[in-house]
Amino acid sequence: MTTRPVRSGKSDRSIAARSRALTLWIGVGLGIGALITAFPFIWMLATSLKPQRESTDYPPTILPQEPTLEWYAHLFTELDFGRYLANTIIVVLIGFIGLLLMAMAGYAFAKFDFRGRKWMFFLVLATMMIPVQVTMIPTYLILNGMKLTNTLVGIALPTLVSGFSIFLFRQFMTTIPSEMLEAARLDGAGEFRTFWQIVLPMSRPILAVQVVLTFISGWNSFLWPLIIASDQKLYTLSVGLALLNQQLAVNPSLQMAAASVMVIPILIVFIVFQRYVMQGFALSGLK
Amino acid sequence: MRNRLIPYLFVSPAMLLLLTFGIFPIFVAAVISTTNMNISAFANWGNVDFIGIDNYTRLFADKDFWQAIGNTGLFAVVGVPAIVVLSLAVALLLNRSQKRFFRSLRAFYFIPAITAIVAVSLVWSYLYNTQFGLLNYLLSLVGVDQVQWLSDPWLAKFSVGLVAVWRGTGLNIIIFLAALQGVPKEYLEAASLDGAGEWKKTFSITIPLLRFAIFFVSVTTTIAWLQFFDEPFVLTDGGPLGATTSASIFLYKEGFRLNQFGYASAGSIVLFAIIAVVTLVQLRLRRADDDY
Repeated sequence: MTTRPVRSGKSDRSIAARSRALTLWIGVGLGIGALITAFPFIWMLATSLKPQRESTDYPPTILPQEPTLEWYAHLFTELDFGRYLANTIIVVLIGFIGLLLMAMAGYAFAKFDFRGRKWMFFLVLATMMIPVQVTMIPTYLILNGMKLTNTLVGIALPTLVSGFSIFLFRQFMTTIPSEMLEAARLDGAGEFRTFWQIVLPMSRPILAVQVVLTFISGWNSFLWPLIIASDQKLYTLSVGLALLNQQLAVNPSLQMAAASVMVIPILIVFIVFQRYVMQGFALSGLK
Repeated sequence: MRNRLIPYLFVSPAMLLLLTFGIFPIFVAAVISTTNMNISAFANWGNVDFIGIDNYTRLFADKDFWQAIGNTGLFAVVGVPAIVVLSLAVALLLNRSQKRFFRSLRAFYFIPAITAIVAVSLVWSYLYNTQFGLLNYLLSLVGVDQVQWLSDPWLAKFSVGLVAVWRGTGLNIIIFLAALQGVPKEYLEAASLDGAGEWKKTFSITIPLLRFAIFFVSVTTTIAWLQFFDEPFVLTDGGPLGATTSASIFLYKEGFRLNQFGYASAGSIVLFAIIAVVTLVQLRLRRADDDY
């Protein structure tokens, strides 16, 4: 260890001042970067409120000069976006059933000792490494064999359970004290009541994260609705939106209104549950 | 007796689904890849014949397949460093201060990661539009001529990749920020006392301590690029002239547009093998790195 000459108080202060100035500049830079990153969304919302003529005007206007909600109305009256929205919500709700199944499995892996536990858990981890491109065609054929193509259940089934979520539930549930479960059993609670009234409430932190993530991935899901739903009645918002891309290249206002219908609910969920979303994605670093 | 069944009751619904849609399909894909299965199989399974490795030999002679593999490789080689460096840099800068302003900025960088790709791609194709797009307008202000963002083969690769980088950084920033919590403040303070400047501290202490996070992000980002699908699918549908056709787009088109189930399955097995090998090599390199 070398000892360095002790610096005078004055130069310490000037270093601190320089460091504060640097932080300020970094803050300004990051602020500009953040605005650029978020700009496509601002542009989307602004355009969705413009009359068609204005959105194809050159030079473009940043803010709508004559704001109108006509394109949002158009989506739900002229086009079938009401139905797409309902389908999307149903797919998300089916996803929540999957969440319950994964919590149950995580609980079994965490708190029970049973034959086959080890290799079953190995399979759970193995599924995390398999790319969707490999399972795409076989899953379509399997669902076709089960007569589930062209159903909302068929759209939700392939992604209903994920190895990673089961893994997260297991990790969290191992921290629940076994004594509490024993006490409940001694009080005569059945196994499912113990799960429902003790395990689930105690897992609230991980449950909250997973509920938010399940909502986001169900809401945004694109590949499976695209493959499984060939009947327009079963389209989700994402597929309806992709269709709009092909049909109406001349009306950006309408497209942006449709994109906003997909994005705004996610933004609201994100703003309200930001902590859980961030936590959830930081957890994916454990994978 | 009753007790022994209970864990199975809890575990079996999820396990059943996982086996059906996670494990079983791999075997199905392997079997189908040795047949000439196509849409006619739905009418009569007798139309399916075992053809051995014909699909694979055809695949390796298919120019379009090699173009797709080449594109995917190029996307990965350029895209992985771009995303890792960019997200690490932003995370380090965001981590400089724990003030409210810095914390609230995180959300902005993160939003692209959680919004639907279809919606986002529509917005970008509007920005890229050559007639009334905003990007060309802004460039015209500084005297740049019309740019063919999505119809020039090389530029289309760039445009599609840019959207993916824009979307891909948010998640990794969060992972790096979480990892930065684990860097002990004492180390940095000690280095300051020794007179180390900001750069020196960042490169000699912080970044080496983030080694595992950097490794993890590199592996997952590589896998994501090798599976690249959504952005080119919506923005260019793999065009122009296949310039943005990734391996996944190629497989989707063969499988679901041309209904060549056998042929596409063979391709998916090859892609799986490539991903597995690349990941294993990365894990190996990591182990070698730990040895010193």
